[in-house]
Amino acid sequence: MNPLQSALVALPVLLPLAAAGMSLALGRYADVQRLLGIGVLTANIVDALVLLDLADRGAPVVLHLGGWPPSVGIALVADRLAALLLLVSSVVMLAVLLYSIGQRVADYGRSRSSTTFHPMYLMLCAGVSLAYLTGDLFNLFVAFEIMLSSSYVLITRRTNAERVRAGMTYTIVSLVSSLLFITVIALVYAATGTVNLADLGRRVATLPSGLQVALGLLVVVVFGVKSAMVPLHFWLPDSYPTAPAPVTAVFAGLLTKVGVYALIRTQTLVFTHETTWVLMLAVAALTMLVGALGALAQNDLNRVLSFLLVSHIGYMLFGLGVYDAAGLTGVILYVIHHITVQATLFLVSGLITRHTGTVALSRMGGMARAKPLVAVLFALPALSLAGIPPFSGFVAKLALLRAGAGAGQWLAFATTAVVVLTSLLTLYAMARVWTRAFWGQVRAPEVDPDPDDELVIGTRSTSRPMVAASLVLVTATVAIAVLAGPLSAISGRAASDIMSGRNYTAAVLGGAHE
Amino acid sequence: MNLTMALVVAVLYSIGCYLLMQRSLMRVLLGIVVLGHGSNLLLQLVGGPPGRPALVGHAPPEAMSDPLPQAMALTAIVITFALSTFLLALAYRSWTLLGHDEVRDDVEDRRIRRLERRLVESEEDSAEDAEPEPEQREATR
Repeated sequence: MNPLQSALVALPVLLPLAAAGMSLALGRYADVQRLLGIGVLTANIVDALVLLDLADRGAPVVLHLGGWPPSVGIALVADRLAALLLLVSSVVMLAVLLYSIGQRVADYGRSRSSTTFHPMYLMLCAGVSLAYLTGDLFNLFVAFEIMLSSSYVLITRRTNAERVRAGMTYTIVSLVSSLLFITVIALVYAATGTVNLADLGRRVATLPSGLQVALGLLVVVVFGVKSAMVPLHFWLPDSYPTAPAPVTAVFAGLLTKVGVYALIRTQTLVFTHETTWVLMLAVAALTMLVGALGALAQNDLNRVLSFLLVSHIGYMLFGLGVYDAAGLTGVILYVIHHITVQATLFLVSGLITRHTGTVALSRMGGMARAKPLVAVLFALPALSLAGIPPFSGFVAKLALLRAGAGAGQWLAFATTAVVVLTSLLTLYAMARVWTRAFWGQVRAPEVDPDPDDELVIGTRSTSRPMVAASLVLVTATVAIAVLAGPLSAISGRAASDIMSGRNYTAAVLGGAHE
Repeated sequence: MNLTMALVVAVLYSIGCYLLMQRSLMRVLLGIVVLGHGSNLLLQLVGGPPGRPALVGHAPPEAMSDPLPQAMALTAIVITFALSTFLLALAYRSWTLLGHDEVRDDVEDRRIRRLERRLVESEEDSAEDAEPEPEQREATR
């Protein structure tokens, strides 16, 4: 492998990490800090594009850190799946950064810098990239910790009495699942003597089947907490809505999806299944229904969106439960669609609450007349989330439905029915938001109850970068629908890659272990 | 792994899990610390029986202990240590802001309880004159 190409794999992790340190040091120069963040994230997008092209043309791009031979040292691997998700995540992270810069400038003026936000945001970015790229179970734990530690700081920044407890719940739940993760790593190492994912794939297959199932289930629990699968989802709707809009957007868009990614990676590469995975199908159906019904019972706009987020995690689990190339193609398409759409919805929710001054749907009204552009920005991703053609959600859902119908197993058929039902419930939840917030009498905005907190709802002003950033993401969701052909082709190739796992293993281990 | 260490790990895990289920935030925090010790110790122990330091030239490779779990345990210890510190700071913040140290019920539970109380109140209303007590309780919360 060309060493220059290998170096590209490290950049999405190294650049944001280095920039986070610089950003902290340059904390007094607000504009430099902002430009640094934008520059690094743009570089990440370019890098992800190149990696995707390289991985799609040939074998996965691999970097052995420190030149250690495989299964002793850590390997970073960019295959089609990792590069694709890295690309989408980088685009979303850049858009959210632009939004938050716009919000900060609108609220505090251009010269006031933020010492913690930018470094922590870049750390988060490094953690997300590392989680996608790493080929090592312990390194995956480290990636999760980098990502989660910065998210703890972001969610508890400048807390008031209301938010500190929500942040506490989030931190404790994540930490407990991380401790469980360490336990799993220890047990896996005790059983196999390696933490390299490619190597694990071979060695786990030789273990007694009871041990395989037990380890596999522990891994599902660990990533189930991180990806908010029912019944391990309880922390999400309580904690996410309490953070400022851009932070919630990036958490909702990326953090849970990184959990789903880790689940896909471990369950296809290490703990493989012969046929349809019945447990995962049942969990998926439960997740979809509980999330969607929970969303219908809410009055707080952000809580509606959080419950819908939980519900739509179920779609991805469904595709994983079907466990064939078609199902995984659907999952990959759905993850791409959902990262973009969910982040957009939370950003637009931030725009809405700045005009209404409240998150309570019962106290909103008339937004469609007062702010037609915001209404359009909300309507497009909302319809997309519900899966109305011709938006991105339709493309992804169609792929999932086809996989479910083709699985030829009664539980898969039943879950496919739940998928359709949940789409209707999503549409209903979105229609409920629409009639309450956008139709009806125009209401005067409410006074911000606490102007000092970072939530800044109800300042009546939205700066142009905020709207522009939302617009970029809405355009991205439309672009996903327009590019559905090439995207589903590459998702299909990525899915058959991870189903066979041969390319990945060969690229990481080389001929040494053959 | 010998029996003593296995027992120590088991005791640490059970104490940690027990403390996690407590109502007081401080005990939850201690639970995380103890559970963290348990998992780090487990990570340390999976490398096999103790051996000589893994330095080339000091001991034959067969006599060396496995350095990989040690490196991993070291990383995990640093991470759990840092996050325990962060949690302590957060607990202190929560204590100064709220003045008490109790984990609250989650939002949905509180909503259901409120709904139930309202239901009970309306039934009492229809049966006889409403007692002022439930409303007062609501106000003090």
